[in-house]
Amino acid sequence: MSDILLAGGIVTTPAGAVPADLRLGEDGILAVGPDLDRDGAEVVDCSGCWVGPGLVDPHVHLREPGQEWKEDIESGSRAAAAGGFTAVVAMPNTDPPIDSGHLARFVADRGRRVGLVDVFPAGCVTAGRAGQRLAHLDELWAAGVRVFTDDGDSVSDAGLLRRAMEYLADLGGVVSQHAEDRGLAGAGQVHEGEVSARLGLVGIPGEAEEVVVARDLAITRLTGGRYHVQHVSTAGTVALVRAAKEERLAVTAEVTPHHLAFDHRAVLSTDPAFKMYPPLRRPEDVEALRRALADGTIDMVGTDHAPHAAHEKDVPFEDAPRGVIGLETAVAVVLEMVGLGPVDLFTRMASAPARMAGLADRGRWLAVGEPATITVIDPATTWVAEGFHSRSVNSPWRGRALRGRARHALLRGRFTLRDGEVQW
Amino acid sequence: MRHLLDIADLDRADLEGLLDDADGFVEVLARPIPKVPALRGKTVTTAFFEASTRTRLSFERAAKVLSADTMTFAPGTSSLSKGESLKDTVLTLQAMGSDLLVMRHQAVGAARRAAEWLSIPVVNGGDGAHQHPTQALLDALTVRRRFGSLEGLEMAIVGDIRHSRVARSDLLAFSTLGAHVTLVAPRTLLPVTTEGWPVTVSPSLDEVLPAVDVVYLLRVQTERGGASVFPSLAEYTSRFGMTRERRRRLKPGAVVMHPGPMNRGVEIADEVADDPDALVLEQVSLGVAVRMAVLFRLLGGETDV
Amino acid sequence: MKALLDAADLARAVRRIAHEILERNRGADDLVLVGIHTRGIPLARRLAAALAEAEAPVPVGELDIALYRDDLDRRPVTRVGATRVPVPIDDRVVVLVDDVLYTGRSVRAALDCLADLGRPRRVELAVLVDRGHRELPIRADYVGKNLPTSTLERVSVRLAEVDGEDGVWVGAEQ
Repeated sequence: MSDILLAGGIVTTPAGAVPADLRLGEDGILAVGPDLDRDGAEVVDCSGCWVGPGLVDPHVHLREPGQEWKEDIESGSRAAAAGGFTAVVAMPNTDPPIDSGHLARFVADRGRRVGLVDVFPAGCVTAGRAGQRLAHLDELWAAGVRVFTDDGDSVSDAGLLRRAMEYLADLGGVVSQHAEDRGLAGAGQVHEGEVSARLGLVGIPGEAEEVVVARDLAITRLTGGRYHVQHVSTAGTVALVRAAKEERLAVTAEVTPHHLAFDHRAVLSTDPAFKMYPPLRRPEDVEALRRALADGTIDMVGTDHAPHAAHEKDVPFEDAPRGVIGLETAVAVVLEMVGLGPVDLFTRMASAPARMAGLADRGRWLAVGEPATITVIDPATTWVAEGFHSRSVNSPWRGRALRGRARHALLRGRFTLRDGEVQW
Repeated sequence: MRHLLDIADLDRADLEGLLDDADGFVEVLARPIPKVPALRGKTVTTAFFEASTRTRLSFERAAKVLSADTMTFAPGTSSLSKGESLKDTVLTLQAMGSDLLVMRHQAVGAARRAAEWLSIPVVNGGDGAHQHPTQALLDALTVRRRFGSLEGLEMAIVGDIRHSRVARSDLLAFSTLGAHVTLVAPRTLLPVTTEGWPVTVSPSLDEVLPAVDVVYLLRVQTERGGASVFPSLAEYTSRFGMTRERRRRLKPGAVVMHPGPMNRGVEIADEVADDPDALVLEQVSLGVAVRMAVLFRLLGGETDV
Repeated sequence: MKALLDAADLARAVRRIAHEILERNRGADDLVLVGIHTRGIPLARRLAAALAEAEAPVPVGELDIALYRDDLDRRPVTRVGATRVPVPIDDRVVVLVDDVLYTGRSVRAALDCLADLGRPRRVELAVLVDRGHRELPIRADYVGKNLPTSTLERVSVRLAEVDGEDGVWVGAEQ
C-alpha cells in the first residue's frame, strides 16, 4: 500500500492550525509541512478543508445485542464513518445490557470485525442496569471498558454511586451519568413550560436534571473520583459544571448537536422527530449551551445517536420512543450553531472525548509519529440530509439542507470515508 | 380548510363563517323531515380510540342528516388489540372507502399525525388534553345564539383546566371571537404557565361570579385522577362548584354551561343542572348542527372564502 | 359587455310577469313566492310588491340550494345560506323565482328542497332571463326575456339590492 498525501488543508498540529500537507503511512504520520514531496504517494486534495485527529463520539447507541431492528454495530459503524468519526463509545443499555466482561468483548469484537470505526463499549455501573448493586466493574475494566454508565436511567442511589466512584477512582475510570430524577420527571414528555402547557402534555422541568447533577457533584467532591455529565440541556446544569470546574473537581460534560440547534418550540408540531431525553429546552438554555461549548465549560460533543425504527417513530408524539440519530449530521450542526475554528472543533469532537474515555492514542494533535487516524472536514460544502447509512432515519434534519461535512476519514492509514463515500 | 385539527388554525373570519353555516343547519334540523342530500354517497368514518358515546353519536347524526353513510371503528373488538399500529389502522379505514375520518385518541397530536398519513380530511374529535375543536365551536355557537355575539362578553371557564382539551379549545375560540376569558381554578389544576395566553386567571370563583355573563363548568375528571389533585370532592364543590347559592349570585341574563357528562353534586348542583336556563341540552343539539357545518365544509368541495 | 336590459326594462318585465301569474292562477289565493338564493330572493320580493299593488299581498320565502346541488365536488361551495319559508307550502301553488335559467340544475335542486319542506299542489317557475342550453327537462312558466346565447358567453344580472344597480348584460366569458 502506498503512502497517502493529504494536500493543501489546514492541519491541527501541536503548534496550532496551520496550512500544511500531511503524509501518512500504515504505521502513522510520516511528515507534516508545506509542499511535501509527493513521490510514491497517492495525493488526496484537501484544499479548503480542516485536517485533524479522527473524531470520537463519546455517546452512541448501537443497539446490538438485542435491538438490531433499530441499528446494529455494522450499520452504526457505517453511520459513524459517514459522519467522519473514527471511534465511538457504545452505550451499554442493550439487551442484555453490557454488565459483564464477555458482553463487552462481544461488542468490541464485532466492531473490530466490521472494521470501519473503533467501537469502545461502555459498561453498566449497576448489574443489569437495575440500580440495585454494582456490576462486575473489575471484570469490565479488564475487558477494556473505561466509561461506566447506566445510561437510559440515572444511578439514583447516592450510596451506590459513591461506591462506584471510589472503586473506579483507584482504576482511573469515569462514571458517566444520565441525569434524570424520576420523581420530578414523572410521565413527562417535553420540557415543562409554555409549550407543554399549550399542548396539554406533562412536562419535565429542568430541575429533574439539575438536582441529580448537583447531588452527584457533591459525591464527586467526597470521593475525588471522575464524573462526566451526559447530554447537558439546561443553563442551570452549565452553571453547576462551571462551578465544579472552578473548584477543580474532575468533571467533564457533553452536549448533543440537537440541543444546540432546537428549543422546545419545535415540539409544537407534535412531530416525534423532536422527542428525546433530555427534552428540547428554552431558547435561553440553547444560548447557554452554545456559549458553554464555545468557551469549553462543556468539553465535548456527544451525539447520543439513538436509532429507532421508522414504524416506532411513526406514531403520535406521546406514544413515540425518545431519541434521535445524529452521527451523520453532527459536524454540520456543530459548525453552524457554534462557530468553532478548527482547533476548537477538533478539541470538542476528538481530543476531549478521547481523554474522557481513556483513549490515550486518540485525539492527539497531528505530528510525525502520531497514528494515521484522521478526519478531514469540509466546513463549507452544502448537502441534503437524506440517504442515511444508519438503519433508522429518525433525524430532525431529515431532508434539510446542511452546511459542513466530513469529506475523508482514515483509520490507521486506511480510508473509511473518501469523498463522502463510506469505504465499505 | 382541509382538516379541522386545532382551533388555533382558525381565525375570527373562519370561526364566524362556520357558525353562520351552523345556523343554516339548525333550520334543517327543525324540519319535519330533517334530511338533505348534500353529502349523499360520501362515507364519514368515526374512529374513537378513547371512549366517548356522546361525541361519536353527534357526529354520526350530523353525517346522517346530510345523507352521508357512516362507518364506526371500535378499538375493543378490532385488530388494533392485535398490535396493529395506528397508522395501519387509519390507512385501512381510508382504503375501505372513507371520505373523511373523525378521530378521538388519548395521545396529543394523534389527529395531526393521521392527517399527515391520509389523503382524506381529518376531524380531531379530541386528542389527549390538547384540543377538541368541534366542542369549542358548538359552545361558541350556543353563546352566540343566546347573546347575539361574543364580543365583549365576560366568560369564566371553571375547573380542571390543566387536563382539559375542552378548556384549551374553548379559551381560544371565545377570545378570538372577542370575549374576555377568565380561567378559574386552583393552582394544581391550572397549566404550569399561562404566559402569552389571551386570558385572565383567578383562584376564586366567588370573586369572578358577579361580573360574568357565562360560567362554563368543566367536569372534575375523576377517572384521570382529578380527585387526587384535590383534597376531596367536597372541598372542590365548596370552592368551585356551581351551587344553588352561587347560581343566585349571577347577574340577570348570565348563563351556566357544561360540556357533559355532568358530575351532579360536584361541579354543578342538581337543581342548577335542571334549571331551564342552563344551556347544557342546547349545547348538545347545537352540537349536531355545528358538526354538520364542519362535515359540509370539509366534504362539500374547496371553499373559495 | 353589452347591456341588453336596463332598469326600466327590468321593472316592466317584473310587472308583466306579476300579471301573468295572476292571470294563470286566477288571482293571488294560495300563492307563495320562493326566491332561489342569491338574486332570486330580491326578484321574488319585487314580484310580491307588484302582486300586492295589482291585487293582494303574497308571502315570500327564501331557498338556499347549496345542500341540494349535484356538483359539489366540481364547483366551489360558498356559505350555507338560510332557507326560510314563512308559511307551510302544503297544497299551495309555489312560484320559484330565479334570475337566470340556464342548465336547469339549480331549479332541480330547488325542487328537491321544496319536496323536503312539504307537498305543494303545483310548482311554477318564473325567471328574468332564459338563456337556453338546458341539461334537464325543465322549462319556465314565466320569462322576462328570452336570450339565446352561446355557452362561451356570460350573462350577468345585476339587481340594486345586491349589486347596486339594475340591468342585464351579456358578454364574452372572462
